[in-house]
Amino acid sequence: MISTDVLIVGAGPAALFAVQQLGLLGLKAEVVDNLDKVGGQCSELYPDKPIYDIPAISECTGETLIKNLMKQIEPFNTNFHLNERVDQLAKEGTKWKITTNRKKVFIAPSVIIAGGVGSFEPRKFPLKEAEKFEDSGVFYSIRDKKYFDNKKICIFGGGDSALDWSIELSKNSKVVLVHRRSEFRGTSKNVETVNKLKKDGIIQIETPYQLNSIEGDNKIKAITIKDDEGKIKKIDTDYILGFFGLVMKLGPIAEWGLNLDKKHIPVNTESFQTNKEGIFAIGDICTYPGKLKLILSGFHEGALAARECFKLARPNEKYKFEYTTTSKNIHERLGKKYI
Amino acid sequence: MAKITYIEHTNKKHIVEVPSNMSVMEGAIQNNIPGIDADCGGSMACATCHVYVDKKWFEKLKKKDEGEEDMLDMAYQPNKFSRLSCQLIVSNELDGLILRMPSKQG
Ligand code: FES
Repeated sequence: MISTDVLIVGAGPAALFAVQQLGLLGLKAEVVDNLDKVGGQCSELYPDKPIYDIPAISECTGETLIKNLMKQIEPFNTNFHLNERVDQLAKEGTKWKITTNRKKVFIAPSVIIAGGVGSFEPRKFPLKEAEKFEDSGVFYSIRDKKYFDNKKICIFGGGDSALDWSIELSKNSKVVLVHRRSEFRGTSKNVETVNKLKKDGIIQIETPYQLNSIEGDNKIKAITIKDDEGKIKKIDTDYILGFFGLVMKLGPIAEWGLNLDKKHIPVNTESFQTNKEGIFAIGDICTYPGKLKLILSGFHEGALAARECFKLARPNEKYKFEYTTTSKNIHERLGKKYI
Repeated sequence: MAKITYIEHTNKKHIVEVPSNMSVMEGAIQNNIPGIDADCGGSMACATCHVYVDKKWFEKLKKKDEGEEDMLDMAYQPNKFSRLSCQLIVSNELDGLILRMPSKQG
């Protein structure tokens, strides 16, 4: 069990700046995110797209922004619990008990939800049958590639994950690559390799097709694929792999008893507290009249939530507003020498 | 300004006037029309604003920009009339536009 002042759900820009604001106030935060790296949408969706509306920074990429935010919180030695998703939230006395999917437990007086639009999860096949076979015959990621040795595999998708795995798995298995159109959006090197493997008769490519049905009772026997004109083809297969990128799902957050408004959490604009005391929401996931989904708004929201977290974490101390330019306390927390 | 008909997968119709220069996605969000999630807010990074454009209208629309087709690979059940509504900018020429929303966005 980890005791802390504030538990932050999410590790995007709003979360990282909240760590900084909490740190300046002398509060310790622990950060949980179910991606394998910090940065949230900045790292996942647009690492190399330039952003032009961060105050005082005319242009920077998502990746640079996150790097700079991480540098700014270095003095606070924050613990990041990545690849982990917060599953449960329950009141324990005056505090909150937070449990992750890996059964890690945190105790904190405040929780800041900075979850973007939820957690990223793989996009799945639209078919009902695909659900039934999920993790036994239908997969959206590969943990152990040996599992697929000497099998018949159908891989769906047109990006690098689909191409990478087609190339890799075709070494030891029979691979059919299926995509909804004839162009692949992977790197030209991957596209070339796949086309060469096709020419050499090592892999089979079927375009423009999408999954139409899955046949089999306990085990997948075959699938059918269909094109836009309605033409159907049958393929014998043992496994189906789908690589359609990630989609954001609200996930367990929806079950914590918070008020929700279309996948967003309503907050008050004084402290960004939700309908539950000690639970705050900042960044893209919160909503209030006039809400703008800008990184800059997330920064402001985190700064205000941090003040309220202070009151809950230090009920016997008086909150005092201080400037970073002049406060000795702040300079000490930042490890700076002051004059 | 254009009158746009958004049809939910249940066939429920919403007919609204959307000002020029707004995206078709924004037109749906601002009028509380369900069926378009637009998780990324229109930066062509999520494919949850996917719509099927009426056949007659599909050819009249501006061609897809580089990247839109790539993003559509990730959309839920795309077909040849699929577009990302955040990339469709409203103008007087779009008056009468009809589109359908998929049963879900992801
Ligand atoms: S709103 Fe995300 S791609 Fe259109």
